[in-house]
Amino acid sequence: MQSNAALEYDYSVAKLFTFTTILFGIIGMLVGTLIAAQLAFPELNYLIGEYGTFSRLRPLHTDVVIYGFMLSGIWATFYYVGQRVLKVSMAESKFLMFMGKFHFYLYFVGALIAVITLLLGITQSKEYAEFEWPIDIVVVLIWVSWGISLFGLIGIRREKSLYISLWYYIAAFLGVAMLYLFNNMAVPTYFVSGGIGSVLHSVSMYSGTNDALVQWWFGHNAVGFVFTVAIIAQIYYFLPKESGQAVYSYKLSLLSFWGLMFVYLWAGSHHLIWSTVPDWMQTMGSIFSVVLILPSWGSAINMLLTMKGEWNQLTENPLIKLMVLASTFYMLSTIEGPIQSIKSVNAIAHFTDWIPGHVHDGVLGWVGFMTMAALYHMAPRIFKREIYSKKLIDVQFWIQTTGIVLYFTSMWIAGITQGMMWRAVDEYGNLMYSFIDTVAILHPYYTIRTVSAVLYFTGFLIFAYNMVKTMTVSKEISQEPTNRTPMAA
Amino acid sequence: MFHWLEKNPFFFAVGVFVVIAFAGLIEILPNFAEASRPVAGLKPYTVLELAGKNVYKKDNCIACHSQLIRPFKSETDRYGQYSLSGEYAYDRPFLWGSKRTGPDLHRVGNYRTTDWHENHMMDPKSVVPQSIMPAYKHMFTNLADIDTAYAEALTVKKLFATPYDAPNGTPLGTHDEAKAAALEEAKAIAADMKNQSVKDAVANGQIPEIVAIIAYMNRLK
Repeated sequence: MQSNAALEYDYSVAKLFTFTTILFGIIGMLVGTLIAAQLAFPELNYLIGEYGTFSRLRPLHTDVVIYGFMLSGIWATFYYVGQRVLKVSMAESKFLMFMGKFHFYLYFVGALIAVITLLLGITQSKEYAEFEWPIDIVVVLIWVSWGISLFGLIGIRREKSLYISLWYYIAAFLGVAMLYLFNNMAVPTYFVSGGIGSVLHSVSMYSGTNDALVQWWFGHNAVGFVFTVAIIAQIYYFLPKESGQAVYSYKLSLLSFWGLMFVYLWAGSHHLIWSTVPDWMQTMGSIFSVVLILPSWGSAINMLLTMKGEWNQLTENPLIKLMVLASTFYMLSTIEGPIQSIKSVNAIAHFTDWIPGHVHDGVLGWVGFMTMAALYHMAPRIFKREIYSKKLIDVQFWIQTTGIVLYFTSMWIAGITQGMMWRAVDEYGNLMYSFIDTVAILHPYYTIRTVSAVLYFTGFLIFAYNMVKTMTVSKEISQEPTNRTPMAA
Repeated sequence: MFHWLEKNPFFFAVGVFVVIAFAGLIEILPNFAEASRPVAGLKPYTVLELAGKNVYKKDNCIACHSQLIRPFKSETDRYGQYSLSGEYAYDRPFLWGSKRTGPDLHRVGNYRTTDWHENHMMDPKSVVPQSIMPAYKHMFTNLADIDTAYAEALTVKKLFATPYDAPNGTPLGTHDEAKAAALEEAKAIAADMKNQSVKDAVANGQIPEIVAIIAYMNRLK
């Protein structure tokens, strides 16, 4: 790569997505905290009538966090990283500049409409694919806009070789596009019936077991391509850049990337173990989930070894701390998933709180920490001011880490307890517990989880405060820092 | 080869796509020929049941309830016969759920009654004192969308050959016939209920959501 280039990159789109990352992060985590509290204290279901029940709010939490917070974070980093690794500025093409902004505004409007429809209960009731067909069409347009930006920028690049981060952005783009389209194949009933009933209603083109297969092929992988693939894109850029260290191994990057691409999609059927899906598919899901450890740990180890000989940075630079912990949680989460995919373990774990526990050590630890570290790294470079407070990052780090640990430990215990109680029999072979016994016993764990949610959310508010202060009042910097992000004590 | 791919984004993207699409091709497609055959005697949902199913979707009951009984003794003892693929043939979408904060509902019609559901939806703690389920009082006042349910039935009849109006199937008929049939079915359920405003609404030709969802719950067997 050329180092003498004095390119002025244009970060206007990256800035816009940075704002929505913070905004949707706050909304999504606030709703998450509320629904966590509702399970411990059910009276909280009645704050806003029918719009405030756990069941209506749960998709709002998942979708705002996934498609609001995470996608915004992914696009904020893409519109930053993309230009830099391709050595080309958005400002060089009026068309790409327009597409970038079009992408953002369409996304923002689409997100607001989506939030309203979810509250109203306009939903396909498929997890993470709740949106009804008109919003699906908007989603496709948003995705195509990103595709145009992504491949447009690649089209006018100066750096001929695609950096590893771009491999992952391309994969995230293609994977989610394919999965989202297939899973949302639905027929609007209004048109087929000749104008009867609601225009918004649709019926799935797949039925029963087939629908389940497509849904979890989507559910596992589309979310995985957001949670995993696009976040790996970030760490491959930001960790080497922040630490000033070269990526440990190119070969390991290759192995992990192509391995992940091939193996990932098979694993979706581990959501359907012991269901009515054919046995061989369940077994495939199980086996490939275990194989998935290799490429997942490949990336994580590649990142950890990138810090070889420079571990002192862990104590000096809180962003390195965030990213190293993110990698570590990625490793935890990607060993836990395969364990839950083993048939005998799945028989206990499935349908219990161990599953949200697993999801959250991944998303809170890996996705959340990586996204925040990336935005902290970008802020001084796009707003030309140093980070407002290093101390606050440290405070945030410990509050949130405590939150994550409380979250997954309480949910491990809750899940395994309930799974064991469901199957417990007395000496005559009769079930020992009625269902409600297995719910009542979870109250302490649901309470601990609520505390953990409050902690993580508090940490996120500290992050938001630190970012806003950085954008507005922090000390200005005249020159772009090369590696380590400048921050006031 | 990899170095070459990294300099040629088009072929890189094609390569990635082939590698990720491969699993779907092998794992997803073959099942389509097999699994959507209904078990013997399975009838499509009536319009009122479909309207109830749409209430189930609208209030996103799958967030806490599964409809999938796994083949373990502990599950069949608790919920009844384990689920069969062919039982879901008319479920678009499937409503298996992924979390049991509450119990499975695939055969709830076997052991709960209209009366029980009525009390439970109005105030879950009145029947299960330790319940953490929210009350769904709004179902007693919101009206079920019978038109949309009819449109859905007509759509699946036309496009997916779901056996409405077939011998031994579920009658559907015209829009007006379907509405009249749904109201008759609603009256039978309302007769077992005690909430006066619901009874009055049904007597006036309106169908509250609670009646539709009870029709759907009672059908799950």
